Amino acid sequence: MSTGTTKLDVVVSDVVPVNELVTRFHFRRRDGQLLPTFSGGAHVVVEMRDGERTRLNPYSLMGSPLDTREYTISVRRDDAGRGGSLFMHRHVRRGHEMVISYPVNLFSLDLRARKHLMLAGGIGITPFMAQTAQLAADGGNFELHYTCRTASLGTYADLLRQRYERRVRLYHDDRDERIELDRLLSSQPLGTHLYVCGPSGMIGWVCDRAAALGWPAETVHFEHFAAPQPGAPFDVTLAVSGKTIRVGEQQSLLEAIEAAGVDPPYLCRGGVCGQCETNVIAHDGNFIHNDHWLSEEEHRSCKKIMPCVSRFEGRSLVLER
Amino acid sequence: MAAKSIISRPVYGTLSPQPGKHHLFVADAEGALAITDLAAKAPDGFFADAHIIFIPGNEGQHVAALEALKPAQLYQGPTFASALPRLKQTLANAHMGLRLYLAGTEGLIGQAMQAALEAGIDHTSIQTEHRGSLARRVQCVHCKGITENVTTQPATCSHCGLLLLVRDHYSRRLAAFQGVCINAEDRSEIPPTEEIFR
Ligand code: FES
Repeated sequence: MSTGTTKLDVVVSDVVPVNELVTRFHFRRRDGQLLPTFSGGAHVVVEMRDGERTRLNPYSLMGSPLDTREYTISVRRDDAGRGGSLFMHRHVRRGHEMVISYPVNLFSLDLRARKHLMLAGGIGITPFMAQTAQLAADGGNFELHYTCRTASLGTYADLLRQRYERRVRLYHDDRDERIELDRLLSSQPLGTHLYVCGPSGMIGWVCDRAAALGWPAETVHFEHFAAPQPGAPFDVTLAVSGKTIRVGEQQSLLEAIEAAGVDPPYLCRGGVCGQCETNVIAHDGNFIHNDHWLSEEEHRSCKKIMPCVSRFEGRSLVLER
Repeated sequence: MAAKSIISRPVYGTLSPQPGKHHLFVADAEGALAITDLAAKAPDGFFADAHIIFIPGNEGQHVAALEALKPAQLYQGPTFASALPRLKQTLANAHMGLRLYLAGTEGLIGQAMQAALEAGIDHTSIQTEHRGSLARRVQCVHCKGITENVTTQPATCSHCGLLLLVRDHYSRRLAAFQGVCINAEDRSEIPPTEEIFR
């Protein structure tokens, strides 16, 4: 695979429907050994062999970091998405042999914090499943606020309430329950760190309010699983490897580069980690930067691109790789 | 401003107004001027939520300039030690949204930062500005005693009397520079003393 990631050969040891949209998958190592240790907030990249295509999707590990006999992920079916979650739901069964990456943590707890305030939206609950398990085991101080559309789509909400009782607050959109964010943020003791995972609108809202209310940037952590956006197909030339390839409508630039047999580095596949950064050698057209890694200035300079999420529209593009 | 020499040597900046609900300043002597300079850049009403803990020192200057900012609270203490309980109390009761600004000598910045770290504030989110004397707080690595306001190189440890080379190695935990015996091999060898941390 890539820089910083190594593969694990696993077998699907269980597939459990959780609600109408979410299914949980359990993985064990094929050789029966323990899986590598991880910390709450880590994700793995799951390789899916879908006919000719290989899909690579990142999913947060949601099991307790104290139990490495198996890894568990929860996949929310996205009928309008690019097909990775549908593939998992439709084709992956117990006994399936799969390949996943070693865990990578881009959303780790800052253990210097006096208190951990967690805000989850929808399927954004998964990294918190592992983080709360990790903190609860050490007597850590945390509080989790979880918004979901309806009670039946509150994935693991009952389990969390049962495990942590009053440390978990639930909000249901269909009952018009909203987090009183400003009050919540302003009443936290000094030394609290904030963690947000959910839809990008929620992340933006929480981060903006936190900054305005005086939370230093170092105390605010967020995890964003942006799937690559589809767009018009375009051609790209890879200068070092001497290949010219076409990026399909539903394909990311990173996926097209991989399909061409080049092995570029990546960790998050969501435009946040910086691993896949690539130099632009020449271009005639416009970049559609969807990443959260490059600065605005870098976006304007047109000298770099993050191929995991960003696209191009125009006549010609030459990248280094 | 102190030059950057080695990694543990603290680097100070220039105070600037941060978004926040409350603003806590700790300053000594000329540190007050860093606060009045910040005031020139601050939005209206900024000091209405500000609390200033000021240690004016012997000369007792700059108090009027701070009063003129009309902070919500202005406390004056004769020494940092006398102001420390108030600082600790304020931090213990504070919520996220409190921003901390430290200005003045390294000894003051270091010790106030020590209290802030204990209260759970990350050192990178504290605003600091060095003003006034370069006098150092030095820990003797031999007897562990701390000597305040060291301006010379070498310096005599006020606890055990050894002659110390004042190093640039700084401990954030102790808020002090390290002093190491300069003539351990031969105590009769006394290098000339120079005043360099004024
Ligand atoms: S793989 Fe993380 S930014 Fe592209």
